[in-house]
Amino acid sequence: MNKENYILECHNIRKAFGGTQALKNGELYIRPGEVHALLGENGAGKSTLMKCIIGLYSFDGGEILYEGKPFRARGPVEALNAGISMIHQELNPEPHLTIAESIFLNRESTRGIFLDKKRQNQKADEILKKFDFPYGAGTLMKKLTLAQMQMIEIIKAVSCNARLIIMDEPTSSLDSEETRQLFRTINDLKKQGVAMIYISHRMEEIFEICDRVSVFRDGTYVGEKDLEHVSKEDLISMMVGRKIENVFPKTECEIGEVVFRAENLKGNGFENVSFEVRKGEILGISGLVGSGRSETMRAIFGLEPLEEGKLFLEGKEVKIKNPGQAIRKGICMVNEDRKSWGLSLHRSIRENMSVATLPFKQKRLLLNKKREEKECKEIGELLKLKAASIEHDAFSLSGGNQQKVVLAKWLLADPKVLILDEPTRGVDVGAKSEIHSLMCRFAAKGMAVIMISSELPEVMGMSDRILVYHEGRINGEVKREELLAGTQNQETILNKAFGQ
Amino acid sequence: MENVKAGRVTDREKTRMFMGKYGIGVVLLFMMIGISIIEPAFRSGSNMINVATQVSINAMISYGMCLAITTEGIDLSVGAQLALVSCTIGQLITNSGWNVWSACIVALLVATVWGFINGFLVSKFNMFPFVVTLSTQLIIRGFAQVISGGQSIPVTNSTFKQIYSAKAGILPVPIILLIVVTVVMYLLLHWTKYGRYVFAVGDNMQAAIASGVNVFKVKTIAYTISGLLAGIAGIIFTAKTGSAQSNIGVGYETDAVAACVLGGTSFAGGITTIPGVLMGIFIIGFIYNGMNLIGIDSYYQSMTKGIVIILAVLLDMVMNKKNT
Repeated sequence: MNKENYILECHNIRKAFGGTQALKNGELYIRPGEVHALLGENGAGKSTLMKCIIGLYSFDGGEILYEGKPFRARGPVEALNAGISMIHQELNPEPHLTIAESIFLNRESTRGIFLDKKRQNQKADEILKKFDFPYGAGTLMKKLTLAQMQMIEIIKAVSCNARLIIMDEPTSSLDSEETRQLFRTINDLKKQGVAMIYISHRMEEIFEICDRVSVFRDGTYVGEKDLEHVSKEDLISMMVGRKIENVFPKTECEIGEVVFRAENLKGNGFENVSFEVRKGEILGISGLVGSGRSETMRAIFGLEPLEEGKLFLEGKEVKIKNPGQAIRKGICMVNEDRKSWGLSLHRSIRENMSVATLPFKQKRLLLNKKREEKECKEIGELLKLKAASIEHDAFSLSGGNQQKVVLAKWLLADPKVLILDEPTRGVDVGAKSEIHSLMCRFAAKGMAVIMISSELPEVMGMSDRILVYHEGRINGEVKREELLAGTQNQETILNKAFGQ
Repeated sequence: MENVKAGRVTDREKTRMFMGKYGIGVVLLFMMIGISIIEPAFRSGSNMINVATQVSINAMISYGMCLAITTEGIDLSVGAQLALVSCTIGQLITNSGWNVWSACIVALLVATVWGFINGFLVSKFNMFPFVVTLSTQLIIRGFAQVISGGQSIPVTNSTFKQIYSAKAGILPVPIILLIVVTVVMYLLLHWTKYGRYVFAVGDNMQAAIASGVNVFKVKTIAYTISGLLAGIAGIIFTAKTGSAQSNIGVGYETDAVAACVLGGTSFAGGITTIPGVLMGIFIIGFIYNGMNLIGIDSYYQSMTKGIVIILAVLLDMVMNKKNT
């Protein structure tokens, strides 16, 4: 292949943090105008390589060639000036800035020493029009949805004349319609010759939108493939270095009596919600982002107020005003955003695991740390937690292992009902399938598991029964037998989610 | 070549980790060695007891401050609490002829109630701790002025003055109080459920709520304890000076914050250790004591304090690589 064909080349990039070699051999070859997927389990070195490219990290060895010339950015601003922009997974918008102010942040239009707001707004409106953006330049950022904020980031990159845009899991918090819209934008940019690096754990998307893929494993570049000539199974085995036989390790287990029942629940974002869940059952909850799925579950767990409705646990009515009461009664919930709602990142794994169960496991005035350590170690082994020691900060773990710590916290509480909100978001393929097997093991032990997921294959592969939400109400129920018999499928579930 | 390089990196890494964990101890040690070389009198047992007695006041305040900071707050009212406690005691013992112990208990109660009010406002209404305690500080000092009529009240009761001067063996009462409070605070923060909740709330309040922690209770108790400890500090202070004044304790919150920060307490919340804060308290104490012994003008003491804090925190940042 001729060298001039690449806009970006990375040769043997190395980066170590302390004693750990995060990136051993980072290779990457990006052509102009292509969408290049980056695949690998969490901790495979994808993000590290990206951060080396945009100058957030300074790499220890190797060479980056950008448009044929050696390139070493000292920070994201320098990278942006050179035409490389990164859209981070977690956006940090300034809610009180207008759209125009966000787009032109750090390069404001000025007249003398004063801001020229009028011209800046005009310029912004022109660009927004090109992208068919539904709001004007004067709108405050806080009025936008997450998807629209992301679009603003992309618009900002384009307006800086970016020739390479890195997108880190751009669809992780988008619903399917928003994802479609993003894909249309990506295709437009492609036609304009902008190259894109697309990091995602979602195979379907990669096959749909990307041209080529580079695979990473354990900080090492495994290889690149044309997506036309490769199968999903091949990619997975490249990523994990082994074949994953069954994507969803669902085991059939005996379903017992009703453990939990909700009657006519009403709250912020949902109403008229009734359902029940049985011992040993995995109840899937599907629907669009913002359809009231998480809100219902958070209200049951006591994180948000329940305006109306009754909850019954093992036949008896229960009142839950805060999570403490829910936990004591045996209802636990893994929240969707583990960094905000799941973990104290700067405290040890041990403290994170035991915090919720201290009231009933530690009755004495002083903590019994020996017992605590024993319990945490045991549960860590059960969940195959990969950590050097339970005394390390939760911060030091990869996404999948962080999620295991959150799971461990609730397993220690021995819950009757375990609610999981997007349990495998941002988790790599290996850990994902481990979490799925664990769910089956919990169910087999007689736990009732409720799982919210935006990934249809996951809901369909794991659930005994699926409730589909549409605009705050349950708009239908699908049983596993119906899926297996073929009377219901992905399409019928989506139809219900869209309100048909 | 590669291997040799890697080996050296690990060694440097080891030093870095050691310094990250014990850096403040090393700073304290170097300081003590440095001062004793310049001024040998520093090393004497009587001077050490002297320093420990003097730092006991700041120590009480610092432990309370450390609780407030670790729950992502701050308690600026501690200096004014000192004044209120002092004036309450002066009023009760000297002007009303109360028994010493009843007066002390009432004074402690007053400080504790103000601590509770701080905590209640912070956690119930979700107000910024800085704003709450900045305001209550004004109110508390106002009360102190009203009680004392703006005048200094001499407290000559000999039993009361014994609180500062009496000794058990060679240890004066303030040092014994310092030891007791340090042990209690150590157990509270590192060996009880409450301590765990303080860390959880400070590190990530949302995650703490979702784990069933009662944030209202945790924060309110933190400020209440801070009030109580400021009360103890106020009693020691008044016993030391023998007079009750409404203008004492100004700027004492600065020394307390300084001791916390030196001891590795994070302003982002969720991180602190009692041994660390204790070392921070002594570093501040040695700055005063050492410079007095060496004979440096007190004007330079506050400059030195500022510089030492910045250097120590910088050292901590470099050692823990928090800047990357």
